[in-house]
Amino acid sequence: MGGKVVRIALAGEGGQGVQSIAEIITEAAFNEGKEALYCPNFGLEQRGGVSIAFVQIGDSRIGAPKFKTGDIFIALSLRAIKRCRQYIGPETTLVYDSSIVGAEAEVPPNAARVMAIPAIQRSKEELHPRVFNIVIMGAVIGATGVVTMEQAREALEAKLGGKFKQNPDLRELNYRALEMGRDLIGKSGE
Amino acid sequence: MSAAQPVIQPKMPKSWYKSNKPHLFCPGCGHGMVLKALGEAIDELGIQSKAVFGCDIGCSLLAWNFLDVDSTQTHHGRTTPVMVGIKRSRPELITIAYMGDGGGYAIGSQHTVNAAIRNEKITVILVNNTNYGMTGGQMAPTTLPGQITETTPFGRDPEETGYPTRGPEMVAAIASEGAYVARGTVANFRQLKGFIKKALENQIAGRGFSFVEALSVCPTNWRTNARDTWAFLEDKMTQYFPVGEFKVPQVKEE
Amino acid sequence: MASVIEGEKKVFMTGNEVAAWAALAAGADIMFGYPITPQNEVMHYWTRLAPRYGRKFLQTEDEISAGFTTCGGLQAGCKAFTATAGPGNVLMQEPYGMAEAMRLPLLAIIQQRGGPSSGTVVYSQQEVTLTTYGGNGEGHRIVYSTASHQEIYDYVIKGFNVAWKYRFPTFVMGDGYQAKMRESMVMYDPAARGIELVPANPIIGLSGEIGVDRECVHLCNIYSLEEELYEVLQKMEADYQKMTPEVVEYDARFCEDAEIIVVSHGVVSRAGQDAVKILRAQGFPAGYFRPITLRPFPQEALRKAVENCKKVLVVESALNQLQRLVKENLYDVALEVDALAKPAVGIIADEIVARYKEFRK
Repeated sequence: MGGKVVRIALAGEGGQGVQSIAEIITEAAFNEGKEALYCPNFGLEQRGGVSIAFVQIGDSRIGAPKFKTGDIFIALSLRAIKRCRQYIGPETTLVYDSSIVGAEAEVPPNAARVMAIPAIQRSKEELHPRVFNIVIMGAVIGATGVVTMEQAREALEAKLGGKFKQNPDLRELNYRALEMGRDLIGKSGE
Repeated sequence: MSAAQPVIQPKMPKSWYKSNKPHLFCPGCGHGMVLKALGEAIDELGIQSKAVFGCDIGCSLLAWNFLDVDSTQTHHGRTTPVMVGIKRSRPELITIAYMGDGGGYAIGSQHTVNAAIRNEKITVILVNNTNYGMTGGQMAPTTLPGQITETTPFGRDPEETGYPTRGPEMVAAIASEGAYVARGTVANFRQLKGFIKKALENQIAGRGFSFVEALSVCPTNWRTNARDTWAFLEDKMTQYFPVGEFKVPQVKEE
Repeated sequence: MASVIEGEKKVFMTGNEVAAWAALAAGADIMFGYPITPQNEVMHYWTRLAPRYGRKFLQTEDEISAGFTTCGGLQAGCKAFTATAGPGNVLMQEPYGMAEAMRLPLLAIIQQRGGPSSGTVVYSQQEVTLTTYGGNGEGHRIVYSTASHQEIYDYVIKGFNVAWKYRFPTFVMGDGYQAKMRESMVMYDPAARGIELVPANPIIGLSGEIGVDRECVHLCNIYSLEEELYEVLQKMEADYQKMTPEVVEYDARFCEDAEIIVVSHGVVSRAGQDAVKILRAQGFPAGYFRPITLRPFPQEALRKAVENCKKVLVVESALNQLQRLVKENLYDVALEVDALAKPAVGIIADEIVARYKEFRK
């Protein structure tokens, strides 16, 4: 990563868990000794609208809390793509879920790279629909390498440890979700 | 009080601040009597040194140095929250919020209502003289129907401006168990003093919100002579504002 | 009092959580508050943390009440504080006025949101004028504009001390971004860093028997004669002026040889600093100036910073509220002033760089 700051924008429908993903990733980066900043959008939209999280991770002090265009932009709904076109620039890798109907027509032509990943479908078929956001988290890590998988697992433990204790199977499920996401995007995280 | 003695030396309560006497209220004003009742109650309860007296804006502000008691003067309608802040910070102090009908029922009504609902352990003494005295006699929430004021020059029309606020009735309805609520009148000093004393005792016992409205007079703005002043207080005001206790805590231990 | 933080602790949390911890570490006794976004979590964390340390909280009926109950707590000798934003900050101007007039050491945490009116619940720098000069007085207040979570912590602790030392209402002003974002910072025990907490003392409800041990206290907040108030205000202004060199704070970088100085405050100064670094790397002699206290304003420092420069670029998330302060303090300096003023939205370094290059032509 060098001295560069990695900028990640996540957008989805309220309840899809984009804020939790941002929180867990930045927490992991912080625990790894990196500088991290996570700024949620929290307008009235938060209630039943598009939820956006701005994440920046680097080696030195982060500047402004938000940014114009991200290095990677993860969109989890059609509305999220439409609402957040402004955050997609010529350096942005756009990742969206392949189940989003009509997504292709909305993809801005200026994105550096566009990837449609079957996160919803695969998590539903092979794991559990509830770990969809962890699959996305794995994809973010796979695409950016902002934190190691080990650190991500620890951050998950910190966030969900209580639930894991009640049901140890959940731990394995979440770890597998994380790996599935990484593999969906390519293996740059380990 | 009979007029038996030929020369009456006014007997001031110990908790009155002597240096500012004679006080600044208009001749015939009722504030002096309410404050006398309060002063005697403070003396009898022996709380002069642990009481904090807060006065509002309006004529009540002229009481800022009336008592030989730690006193603070706030903004219009804001004495209740200031006293709540003091009481919440230092529960051992006995806090007395002193205000008029405008302060307690209009601009500061949200504070009266919410302090009552939260059962704040403070004592509120609200002087009802049916008008805004300090600013020159405008309509107050307590102005009687038909009463002439500077802003109701043809008499208060309830169709336009509603009926007078019945404060103690409202407070009694919303305050919970432990609250003490009464309405006295300067026409019955002994009773008024009893109500104020009970209100203070209720705070000392830590039971709840204590609220006493005192019916009072404003001959300056009413433009009335002594006889008409008293007639208005005793005949007209009490028709709308019945005197008595509206809520008395049930004391268990006795 | 047991220390809230043992030694030092590096954490990753939101600005509102930091503010609550800082108030605890600063020895705050009681918070009065009323819900408004984006300040709410200051109360949320305070209500969870305070009971552990024997501190108190009251949720009042509105911001007017939150401000006045705070004033009451202060008079009674407790380190009382409040937090608010936007329309709540408007309502609190009334109690702030009482605190100014009666020299009460009020501390308020302000998290600016978009305005006017309900605006947005998100972010702005539009409460500068209101917080520095709001009310029907002369703005005898101390206003810190923070840029990071570390500063929220530092200046809340410092704010309590300054308020109780100089007896002017003190504001730690952040914004919705700082309130809600997470970043790392170091919490510490003030004592471990040699910071002594100024003790609180009552001005009413004093100990001792009246007439035996002491006189009673009569606090007055209204005057009959204009001359009386004039005298009070003269003293207040003299005290304020005397205090100014002791509390005024700023950050100036690369100003000596700068052709244009970028002036910004609060969270925008992070972008300001980055922009100046980018410009310098590209060979443009840009300077950076950030007032940390917006009131009192670092007039002397700014005047010194601009001595060799030709232009000033004022950058803020408001329509020229900072610019008015800058112009007032440079009133007789021959300078060109330009602005990047974006009310109620965030500003990033690239935008400042672009504006700088335009302005330079």
